[in-house]
Amino acid sequence: MFFTLAVVQDAAAQGGLGLIGAGLAIGLTVIGAGIGIGQIGAQMAAGIARQPEATGNIQTASIILAALIEGAALFGLGLAFLKF
Amino acid sequence: MSLLSTLFQGGQGGGYGQQAGYESGPEGLGSIADIPDYITHHLEDGRYIEFAGMKLDLAPYAFEPLHLGSLTLDFSPTRQLVFIFLAAFICIALFVPLARATMRREEGKAPSGVANAMEGMILYFRDEVVRANIGKDGDGYTPFILTIFFFIWFMNVLGLTPFGITATANLSVTAALAIIAFVVTEVAGYRALGPVGYAQTVFFIPHGLPGPLKPVMLIIMAPVEFLGKLTKPFALAVRLFANMMAGHILILAIVGLILVTQSWAVGFGGWIVMSAIMVLELFVATLQAYIFAMLTSVFIGLIRHAH
Repeated sequence: MFFTLAVVQDAAAQGGLGLIGAGLAIGLTVIGAGIGIGQIGAQMAAGIARQPEATGNIQTASIILAALIEGAALFGLGLAFLKF
Repeated sequence: MSLLSTLFQGGQGGGYGQQAGYESGPEGLGSIADIPDYITHHLEDGRYIEFAGMKLDLAPYAFEPLHLGSLTLDFSPTRQLVFIFLAAFICIALFVPLARATMRREEGKAPSGVANAMEGMILYFRDEVVRANIGKDGDGYTPFILTIFFFIWFMNVLGLTPFGITATANLSVTAALAIIAFVVTEVAGYRALGPVGYAQTVFFIPHGLPGPLKPVMLIIMAPVEFLGKLTKPFALAVRLFANMMAGHILILAIVGLILVTQSWAVGFGGWIVMSAIMVLELFVATLQAYIFAMLTSVFIGLIRHAH
């Protein structure tokens, strides 16, 4: 047990745990963004299939919402990079 | 010595080399551990401009910082500042002659050339962005929204040109733009709602609340509402900053990988991937400028119609 503690202390002193945190942050935020934008894509396809003449409106709204979700995901990425 | 002659003298600006302790070119990138320094060196601000192998040192043009009590404001030119002014100059050079030509043109005649293209975009912004969000009496905000869009758009796109610097990849620049948007939004709300109505947006009391609970509600909700006003410009700033910075970090990471491995296979594959990412970057540059302008108009509309 003391050996594990010493290894963790050594890693923390060299900034290793911070890097693991940054990696986790980047990965998890991208997963969140992927799920969110995937949902938008699914609903966009369903909407266009139901009413093809509304394609223009649906596309514009979908792109704007995708950019907003991506903005939220890039919060996490940006802060992870600031730490990194 | 004028700025232009220094530029064409091929980096005789003097004294640059020790600025960041970084050597450009493949000799400076020994291993993958050098790539983060390579990325930050290309993204952060500095007192020099690189152009096709020539370095223009901006340190000789530095002037004394402004001292306001304990605050020191340094307005000396840095490379991001130069590109901010370049984007502003392009905006002015594009739209002031356009406005003059529009005033001089006869009624009912259609515009031609550049005026035609710009007028299409201006009318799109007036109808779909300003009037849809702020309402018909919000036409006075159209120049502001248009300025935000075109200024941010030119800054983003200038960063994608060869040897261009992205000014919006700096949190200070996007924070300044967001603060300006915040001030305009709050002043618009104050003018539309009056002092009492504006105070009600912060000290919000729902109807039908029993008497003793009202002060409690005020004390709890007022800081929350106040912070809620501040999160919107914060989100605007960080969204634009993170989008621009992330795109450039991606490109620079691949370039760094190519420079480190120095192999033809990695170079060719990296070239294809980088081309695709650059196309995406162009799209994101335009989209983020549009989103900034559209969200600003949405916030102005929301606070004007708050009652």
